[in-house]
Amino acid sequence: MRIGVPKEIHAGERRVATTPEVAAQLIKLGFSVAVEEDAGVAASYSNASYKEAGCEIVASNDDIWSQSDVILKVRAPEGDEVGKLAGPQILISFLWPAQNPELLQRLTINGVTAIAMDSVPRISRAQKMDALSSMANIAGYRAVIEAAQHFGRFFTGQITAAGKVPPAKIMVIGAGVAGLAAIGTAKSMGAIVRAFDTRPEVKEQVESMDAEFLMLEFDDDEDGSGEGGYAKTMSDEFIKAEMALFAEQAKEVDIIITTALIPGKPAPLLITADMVRSMKDGSVIVDLAAEQGGNCELTEADKVVMSNGVSIIGYTDLPSRLAAQSSQLYATNLRHLLSELTPEKDGNVVVDMEDEVIRGATVCKDGETTWPPPAPKPSAAPKKAEPDVTLVPPVEKRSAAGPVFGMIIGGLALLGLGAVAPPSFMTHFTVFVLACFIGYMVIWNVSPALHTPLMSVTNAISSIIVIGALLQISSTQTTIMWVAAATVLITSINIAGGFAVTHRMLEMFRK
Amino acid sequence: MNSAGIVTVSYIIATILFILALSGLANQETARRGNWYGIIGMSIALLATMIGVVERHYEILLIALLVGGSIGLFVARRVQMTQMPELVAMLHSLVGLAAVAVGFASFMDPEKHFAGVELTIHDIETYLGVLIGAITLSGSVVAFGKLSGRISGTPLTLPGRHWLNLGLLVGAIWFGYEFVVQSAAGDGMEPLVIMTGIALLFGAHMVLAIGGADMPVVVSMLNSYSGWAAAATGFMLGNDLLIVTGALVGSSGAILSYIMCRAMNRKFFSVIAGGFGTAGGSVAKGAEEMQGEVVSLTAQEAAAMLANAKEVMIIPGYGMAVAQAQHTVNEITKVLRAKRINVRFGIHPVAGRMPGHMNVLLAEARVPYDIVFEMDEVNADFPNIDVSVVIGANDIVNPAALDEPDSPIAGMPVLECWKGAMTIVLKRTMATGYAGVQNPLFYKENTRMLFGDAKETLDEVLKSL
Repeated sequence: MRIGVPKEIHAGERRVATTPEVAAQLIKLGFSVAVEEDAGVAASYSNASYKEAGCEIVASNDDIWSQSDVILKVRAPEGDEVGKLAGPQILISFLWPAQNPELLQRLTINGVTAIAMDSVPRISRAQKMDALSSMANIAGYRAVIEAAQHFGRFFTGQITAAGKVPPAKIMVIGAGVAGLAAIGTAKSMGAIVRAFDTRPEVKEQVESMDAEFLMLEFDDDEDGSGEGGYAKTMSDEFIKAEMALFAEQAKEVDIIITTALIPGKPAPLLITADMVRSMKDGSVIVDLAAEQGGNCELTEADKVVMSNGVSIIGYTDLPSRLAAQSSQLYATNLRHLLSELTPEKDGNVVVDMEDEVIRGATVCKDGETTWPPPAPKPSAAPKKAEPDVTLVPPVEKRSAAGPVFGMIIGGLALLGLGAVAPPSFMTHFTVFVLACFIGYMVIWNVSPALHTPLMSVTNAISSIIVIGALLQISSTQTTIMWVAAATVLITSINIAGGFAVTHRMLEMFRK
Repeated sequence: MNSAGIVTVSYIIATILFILALSGLANQETARRGNWYGIIGMSIALLATMIGVVERHYEILLIALLVGGSIGLFVARRVQMTQMPELVAMLHSLVGLAAVAVGFASFMDPEKHFAGVELTIHDIETYLGVLIGAITLSGSVVAFGKLSGRISGTPLTLPGRHWLNLGLLVGAIWFGYEFVVQSAAGDGMEPLVIMTGIALLFGAHMVLAIGGADMPVVVSMLNSYSGWAAAATGFMLGNDLLIVTGALVGSSGAILSYIMCRAMNRKFFSVIAGGFGTAGGSVAKGAEEMQGEVVSLTAQEAAAMLANAKEVMIIPGYGMAVAQAQHTVNEITKVLRAKRINVRFGIHPVAGRMPGHMNVLLAEARVPYDIVFEMDEVNADFPNIDVSVVIGANDIVNPAALDEPDSPIAGMPVLECWKGAMTIVLKRTMATGYAGVQNPLFYKENTRMLFGDAKETLDEVLKSL
């Protein structure tokens, strides 16, 4: 089948749906790949590099749309693009079916099979196709870069000859993929990072990145985890406490990065105009929720607003601002999806509606709308299900009677032995028991790393049994003499071998 | 001159030196000195006995000593560190054989002059020495066969094997009684020989029934037996040096067995009863049931991941020994350490085929021992680890041991590498470990699988670094 990659027409969109590297892998899957001329130029992928990877460069946009079996895109088709599609063509791109019901309807009527990258179910098997996470990761990174651009100071603290520079303080609200990426980036640039999230289970993830998790002093154990690892709307009291925390932090921090989104709802308002006013001059707010209305009251989508000396960045195209990187990750997500779609690796796409991932992402097929998909199986565990409960190995509880009983029996047996055994035996027995205890004390001190040398050296010294043979070798009986001689032979193998191999091993243990 | 007194004093000195030899193993610095103490102690004991006790047949004695010693030295030089478990098992079998031989020779010795209770006790001692010696002998031979792959590692589960064991035990006790009775009448060779046969059968059957995963327990158990055999021989001969040494070795092996059992959360008796663990490693059945998907990566990606890490933990398993990959591991460690990456090794007590097996392999490859840590020392650090590399290990990194109470390995302490940022698992196939248990680690989001022979894959990683 032929894959067509048109140039994105959305204003300001620099990404492209495939890169030369990924195209080569698609060709290996049995596809032929046609790329519209200059489709990748904005993302720094030249026509020549596509050609080198085995793609066909097509000058005519119409040719791409009409002659391809599969269309790969980044943005949802818009304007006249929608009309160029007809069944049985397959479209794979971001589609946002909930926000674009009209588009979905038109695609359905045209008989197109449309697979929405934004609808790939959030289950672990589908992670490699999760383009939302890929893009969120980039957005989080870029948010910090944009903040740095507008922030007039260092991120990292320094002590220089010209004076001391305090490190920047950054608060990240929402520790999802984007939030965590922002935390990581800001941290690696040397800033002090604090993060807040309504879902308490992300605390560990935040702390694992060396950032501080802002805990809410809140009586009720309210958990903000919704379905599929996303956040849900919180109660009024919770929001009040949360807002108080933000108001307090706003006075202190230099940069706020907000990433709070609740699926299917406008972004929650978290940073009020008052809070912005309380921030220091030169502070920066990056609002990653700008497209959904913004977490900050003053955010304007796609613009940088200055208010009271605070820059409020509302860019909605952060991934596109890192076009080469986001194209590469997005293309790889697409490739993973396509390899799921071509089980035979023969370049023939099979949309298997039994497959949970493909079913979830397919929004319309053969003239029927298949969105929203049926509820995911409960086994598709959200992130919360990560087992972090360490079960303590069950401690055996024995009744005290056991050892006491054993000791009594042992004591009686010893007494019985003492009653009948001759004194010479008892002397040896005393030595034996004491030696066992010495052995017990000594061996527990042996370093576990040296257990193998311990075994070989005990092997060597247990060959002290050779003494027995030496006592017998002087026997006048030939049989006994020869048996003893043989014993001396085998034990001396053991003695020499045991000590030598122990020595060899111990020589190896070097710092 | 009181030669008997000098011999006794020499024995006391030898005893002390042996104790010092073992206590020297408490750490790496004193261990080498400890080994020399052991050698000196052995030499003193041998010389004192030869000068003070032996009366004739010196030439045969010396030839036997020289021949045996040379064979021993030769073997010790030639053995590869990965074959240490086999060597140790083989040496154990020799101690067992020696105990049997000394027991028989002592029984046949016409110069013994015991009567009454003393004779009975002497007979029981002889009998026990031969019994334990024979079990050690056949058990070690089978263990050697299993470890060197000459015998299948799959546990032999005969129907009614517990009854068979019980029957053999009862037989041994009955023939012991017969032996004591007949010995008092000046006979007894027959029950002794029959019992030796029973003991050999018992030892072989016992080890045959034990699976590959329990090999460390078996090896340390046989180590213990070889000590008890020496101690029993000491009782028989009325020789304190043998008793003390045997007791030292016996308790050493017993403690090692206990440590190994604890590391697997298994009871000693259930290990001995056998039937656990299929050494072959069956290919995972029902892999589809596992949630999530295995994500593999290339050696180049693994190298990049390692190069970008700050904290790396390497977890070796038996697979590293099989692939002889320890030298490559050391090379990689060197490169990473040169990049100021903190590389550490986490060793599970039962990794490999005998206690401390991994430490020896790493030491052979010249990995500095101060970056090699025990499980308990590093387990709490995993949340700070950027990349854990699991090389040919499976059950010892299985999270099911902690969070699946029904799992056959539930409760076994494991290296919790999944708590780190990323785990790379080197493995040949998706087969299960010795315990035959699925490993959810492979399906975790932060796990990447690197399939292939550990040595070849690591060579490639090294090249990419």
